[in-house]
Amino acid sequence: MQITLTVNGTLRELDVPENTLLVDILRERLRLTGTHVGCDTSQCGACTVHLNGRAVKSCTVLAGQADGTSVLTIEGIGTPDVLHPMQAAFRECHALQCGFCTPCMIMAAIDLVENHKELDNKSVREGLEGNFCRCTGYHNIVRAVLSAAEKMAAKA
Amino acid sequence: MSTSVASSESASTSSSGLKPSGLNPSGIGASVLRREDARFITGNGRYTDDIRVEGQVYAVFVRSPYAHAKVTRVDIGDALATPRVIAVLTGADMQADGIGGLPCGWMVKQKDGTDMRSPNHPPLVVDKVNYAGEPVAIVIAETVEAARQGADAVAVDYDELQAIIDLGTATDSSEIHPGISNNLAYEWELGDRAATDAALASAAHVTRLDLTNNRLIPNAIEPRAALGVFDATTGEHTLYTTSQNPHLERLVLSAFVNIAPEHKLRVIAPDVGGGFGSKIFIYSEETAVIWAARRVRRPVKWTADRSESFLADAHGRDHLTHAELGIDASGNFVALKVHTVANLGAYLSTFGSSVPTYLYGTLLAGQYRTPNIHVEVQGVFTNTAPVDAYRGAGRPEATYVVERIVENAARELQQDPAELRRRNMIQPDQFPYQTPVALVYDVGDYEKSLDKALGLIDYDGFSARRKISEAKGHHRGIGLACYIEACGLAPSKLAIALGAGVGLYESGEVRMNPTGSVTVFTGSHSHGQGHETTFAQVVSDKLGVPFDAVEVVHGDTGRVEFGLGTYGSRSLAVGGSALIRASEKIINKGRKIAAHLMEGAEEAVDFSGGRFSLRDSNRSLSIQEVAFAAYVPGNYPDDLEPGLSEKAFYDPQNFTYPAGTHIAEVEIDGETGVVSVVNFVAVDDFGRIINPLIVHGQVHGGVAQGIGQALLEIGLYDSNGQLLTGSMMDYCLPRADDLPDFVVGTTVTHCTHNPLGVKGCGEAGAIGSPAAVMNAVTDALGVDEVSMPATPEKVWRILQGRSPRRMA
Repeated sequence: MQITLTVNGTLRELDVPENTLLVDILRERLRLTGTHVGCDTSQCGACTVHLNGRAVKSCTVLAGQADGTSVLTIEGIGTPDVLHPMQAAFRECHALQCGFCTPCMIMAAIDLVENHKELDNKSVREGLEGNFCRCTGYHNIVRAVLSAAEKMAAKA
Repeated sequence: MSTSVASSESASTSSSGLKPSGLNPSGIGASVLRREDARFITGNGRYTDDIRVEGQVYAVFVRSPYAHAKVTRVDIGDALATPRVIAVLTGADMQADGIGGLPCGWMVKQKDGTDMRSPNHPPLVVDKVNYAGEPVAIVIAETVEAARQGADAVAVDYDELQAIIDLGTATDSSEIHPGISNNLAYEWELGDRAATDAALASAAHVTRLDLTNNRLIPNAIEPRAALGVFDATTGEHTLYTTSQNPHLERLVLSAFVNIAPEHKLRVIAPDVGGGFGSKIFIYSEETAVIWAARRVRRPVKWTADRSESFLADAHGRDHLTHAELGIDASGNFVALKVHTVANLGAYLSTFGSSVPTYLYGTLLAGQYRTPNIHVEVQGVFTNTAPVDAYRGAGRPEATYVVERIVENAARELQQDPAELRRRNMIQPDQFPYQTPVALVYDVGDYEKSLDKALGLIDYDGFSARRKISEAKGHHRGIGLACYIEACGLAPSKLAIALGAGVGLYESGEVRMNPTGSVTVFTGSHSHGQGHETTFAQVVSDKLGVPFDAVEVVHGDTGRVEFGLGTYGSRSLAVGGSALIRASEKIINKGRKIAAHLMEGAEEAVDFSGGRFSLRDSNRSLSIQEVAFAAYVPGNYPDDLEPGLSEKAFYDPQNFTYPAGTHIAEVEIDGETGVVSVVNFVAVDDFGRIINPLIVHGQVHGGVAQGIGQALLEIGLYDSNGQLLTGSMMDYCLPRADDLPDFVVGTTVTHCTHNPLGVKGCGEAGAIGSPAAVMNAVTDALGVDEVSMPATPEKVWRILQGRSPRRMA
């Protein structure tokens, strides 16, 4: 099927089989490999991207559902020279180790901060419940999200 | 630019921030931010599945739905006729090509002196399946979808056999592997049985305890993957794979499995998304992939889906243990006797035999002076996935036995658990300390960690906190674990004498480039540990060159000469020490060059802070100037080779012995049985700390896995050998809201036998925490034992006065 979607600000017209998942479009067709696949049951969150401004697991979005949407991936939120405050906070707080869950943990965290006011330790932990990290024990991820939330609020 | 946030060797809590040391801002002891993060936080990591090679095709494995079955026929006709399928290869094809079985790398001697019994483990099933999910055939197609369809079309006839699953009865069951009676790989023992029995018989008090150590499924978030590339013009094989030890992978595939000669096989482990042990081992899948790439003359890629990870990654733990601790009238431990049945799964995985023996029995002295210890271990085959090293590997199991039984003993004797431990601890002036179970501990100060942990958790304030919980209808408990581990594997002569198939040294190369920058090559591998940062700190510090001028290369047999890889918290203690040795050689050669250039005697040249200076003169040269002279040797010693690049192989003299105290405080909801870890303190002695930020992160991650083991995780098979916990929906990994903030502290005694004085920090968190949590849970519930994981259902039944339903 023919679909049109905006990915990281660029309009893309693609011809893909109907059963193609958004994560495969991103990884295999567009070669945006910062979005990962960590499970086959929509549990791990390693494929999290923003679809029309909200965090979704791209392993559960079909091509047809992605048609006409705007998708933002880790490659679209900052660059090595100009990091998004969430990216910077993850580094400063040592909120990543192997890095595999990191891009999508960052995407989930940005959604959390942008759509929730008054975050605290507990609400950050609850808000990140859909993303597994096996390395960090989440301690430093929580610190990073709270730190970035302050900076993002100051910027806004 | 590197950035340093702070540094402290004795930071009290990780949430309160770290204090700067004021020393070299990027050197040893500084919390340098990780340089590898730049690529990970921007989505530029390069994991195996991210790599695409021109012309690559895709592999899917046909896996057995049965746990135990004869394979009578494999019909690939329909599969080959599936559109876009290129090839279907079976175990018979592999055998015909001379591809051998996957070896176990550690030969354990049984207590009767005979060798353990190890069945052949063909990478693809030839005639008999021994666990559900075992690969039977590999299907290769132009797309993943076509390969899946092809795999569905492979017709395999199975004659199902009785599956042997229950660990407690496996030795009384029919043979899984013909000729291996009682399904016993080995019966192994360590220590003095007669002396231990005698001491137990005369002990004033004996505490007895039956324990299970639950089967765990590692679940690194990156599934295993492999991409095999064969160049028919050169005969070169390149295997990209998710490995913690690419050189070991190459060695085994070359020397034992007969994939290709070592010089024609390059193994690259690029960014690897976590391992926790599960990516040490040499598996069927990457073996089949690299072989298939040669067969089909196309690059072949396989990426596990999570279901395959559950079925076919090596699992961890899975012990049944009976232990008895004898105590004299004064409260001194006089004897510990342990009998353990260890599940090895269907085959002996790469290090599977060593985990419940040399990495378990040897640690049963713990931090104590117990004079008599005897341990007997039965290593048992079952029709389940192979069991091998998972974070801690044997040492969490040992700590669990020692620290659970010591806790119960204190309760039986109505003594404070902290004080009973303190009374029995090995004292600082008793090192080096020979334990009754083979190890010689070099250094430690166990009471220091205990006291610091007791202070950080406010042990004295616990009873008041318990009252508050009780007023709310909740049950509060506190539990300690004073663990020790043996890390930095291992002195090669000792390891080989004990049956290891390889030495366990590490290699390192330090290459001064002509312009003064430094490229460091290490045989260690980083899959989250941050070697690219910490190893650069070490070399920067040693050579006095800027941190940013040091690059660390790892994970590629084509770039790094040799290595044994990363496991057993060995990278810094062994791999880092190799870099120190190589750096010393650089300095020694540089001294000769500098002496010549400064027209002085070599003996009169000092090296400090990156400069060679001639004593009693104002002459000095930077190491960068010396490096340039080494590569542009116009004015140069006649008897010296040009260049400034040195290698070292470092073979440790002993294990290192990180130790510490973990304390967990739990609150149990009286209505639901949900256990919440409300406070967790870890105080660890890792020796010298290179980067506190990274060390604290390692502790956090380990503790999370240990709490996962205690409260959430268990790998369960049904009686037919079907994995009941085969997905992330069924196997309960810790999520962010399952865990508390952690309080992490350190104490420091320097390892006495490696040049950095380091011990290793990767596994401690997972070693101390399960016992601490379960001591807290049993304390809260007022019971002797609750099997892990302490799920709400299990705890709720205890609260209702009902015995826990037997879990599967």
